[in-house]
Amino acid sequence: MWKYFIRRLLQVPPVIFIITLMIFGLVYIAGDPVLMMLPADATPQEIQQLRHALGFDQPFYIQFGNYIMDLLRGDFGDSYQYGEPALSLVLERLPATLELATASMIVAIIIAIPLGIWSAIKPNTFIDLFATGFSVLGKAIPNFWLGIMLILIFAVNLHILPVSGTGTWWHLVLPSITLGTAMSAEITRLVRSNMLEIMSQDFIRTARSKGLTSFIVIFKHAFRNSLVPVITITFLQAAALVGGSLITEMIFAWPGLGQLIIQAVYEKDLPIIQAAVFVTALMIILINLLTDVLYRILDPRIKFN
Amino acid sequence: MEANNAELSPYHVDKKVKKSMKNNKYRTYIKKLIKSKTGIVGFVLVLSICFIAMLAPLLAPYDPYKINAAQMLIPPVWIDGGTSNHILGTDNLGRDILSRLIYGSRISIIVGILSVVVAGFIGVVFGLIAGYYGGFIDTVVMRLVDSFLSVPTILFCLVFLTVLNPGLFTLIFVIGVTSWVMYARLVRGETLSIREREYVKAARTIGVSNLKIITRHIFPNVISSVIVISTLSVAASIITESSLSFLGLGIQPPTISWGIMLSEGREYIATSWWLSTFPGIAITLTVLGIIFLGEWLRDVLDPRSRGM
Repeated sequence: MWKYFIRRLLQVPPVIFIITLMIFGLVYIAGDPVLMMLPADATPQEIQQLRHALGFDQPFYIQFGNYIMDLLRGDFGDSYQYGEPALSLVLERLPATLELATASMIVAIIIAIPLGIWSAIKPNTFIDLFATGFSVLGKAIPNFWLGIMLILIFAVNLHILPVSGTGTWWHLVLPSITLGTAMSAEITRLVRSNMLEIMSQDFIRTARSKGLTSFIVIFKHAFRNSLVPVITITFLQAAALVGGSLITEMIFAWPGLGQLIIQAVYEKDLPIIQAAVFVTALMIILINLLTDVLYRILDPRIKFN
Repeated sequence: MEANNAELSPYHVDKKVKKSMKNNKYRTYIKKLIKSKTGIVGFVLVLSICFIAMLAPLLAPYDPYKINAAQMLIPPVWIDGGTSNHILGTDNLGRDILSRLIYGSRISIIVGILSVVVAGFIGVVFGLIAGYYGGFIDTVVMRLVDSFLSVPTILFCLVFLTVLNPGLFTLIFVIGVTSWVMYARLVRGETLSIREREYVKAARTIGVSNLKIITRHIFPNVISSVIVISTLSVAASIITESSLSFLGLGIQPPTISWGIMLSEGREYIATSWWLSTFPGIAITLTVLGIIFLGEWLRDVLDPRSRGM
């Protein structure tokens, strides 16, 4: 197991290097930001001076080397909009995004697991049809439109939930349903197909013929055995969750990372974008790594190779 | 040399046999389509949306760009105050929503298909090379794939859009470049196993060039899985396009996109729900049709990958 873990861990630095190269290359291609920093009437000489002072006149590999050295110290440069270090601005927004992501995951699991199990033990009935329809629609409905429709129904027409913002638990309901639906569509499908497969196996028939109640057979024997892939996909969906939260946060004015990123794109605030991409990628890499290892620990039948 | 090679490959069987095989294959495809209800629904939906996009000028009852201050925010025909002149109502500038929806389908179809072509091309080339040559090239491509996978597509698109000017071709390029990894992974995996088949080994033994082996012996064998993935990712591209246009970073007005219609309509959500409801339904139906069609294609062309 350790051998596997170390080999898997060794794959991480090249990936981080490539991501760093990409986010640096982005600024390099975009042209140096000196023109944005100086007033419009700056002379060519002043531009040249600042460019030299900031090192923008040096060759690519030296600039890239300096960039990496800065990154190692946690320095992504200052935000053009706020004048503060980009990394700390990103990290400040992270808790709100993680809160929303956790809530969405809970919503997804609460919907997906009962629905998946129920549709698997009653195949080809109405509930099965409903579950299949739900998992297809969950994929087809664009996230942001679902958010708008939920606002329309629950906030504008029924007045039972707030339109947007933060503050109370109620503010969390609509955004987490918006984000959780697509995720639960995926999980429902997986729980259903896993349960169907397991329910047809010999040990289930044995358990039934022993006279165990269906409740015990379904939950203790079947569901527990279908859990491993479900846990895996739930974690892997976390990456999709970060992507989805970008627009959901904007619709619900949720003060998380997504809002910061989209604002930064509008303002062409490159240091924030770079820091945000780096932090997001790092989180996803770690989640994937953990999932890979967890998967093998939970299911000893999978070999470490 | 050429003749020998042809005999060894199952794709170079006698032409007559091939033709009858092909006819048989199509017959089973059609049989399977008729059996699959969702397949038919998907097929019909996709076909009609393509027709609507192509025939937009003939089908749209009004000029979709025409502003009419006298007819602002008219509700759909079945609501009090609606008129049969504007079946789905009008928007905040008095433009006919049905006409705008019809024209909006064009952008979705164009961006959806072309970005998949871009992504598919990059991904298939990388996948074939990585899978066939293996070794160091494979490692590099796989780490590149890992890097792309650790940044969500939409975030990646936003990164590109920070430095590029928004517009139709930027959007196609950006969505294509950020979503090639799926194809690369798939094609690499298949190439790895095809590379070890007898006929490839035989071709190599008699001295067929690597390029020829890749294009004539390996590529034809991965096409069916690529088609399946491409179809399903047209749906994903359409959602990405509408999301980016919704954010104001994709298609730029006055060009009509369902995403733009949604973001314009969002401001009137408290009073005029139809502005933001219909474009969303249009996106959902299109994506649903493509998913159904894609799943049917998967059952027919590549039954092994079911549930992937």
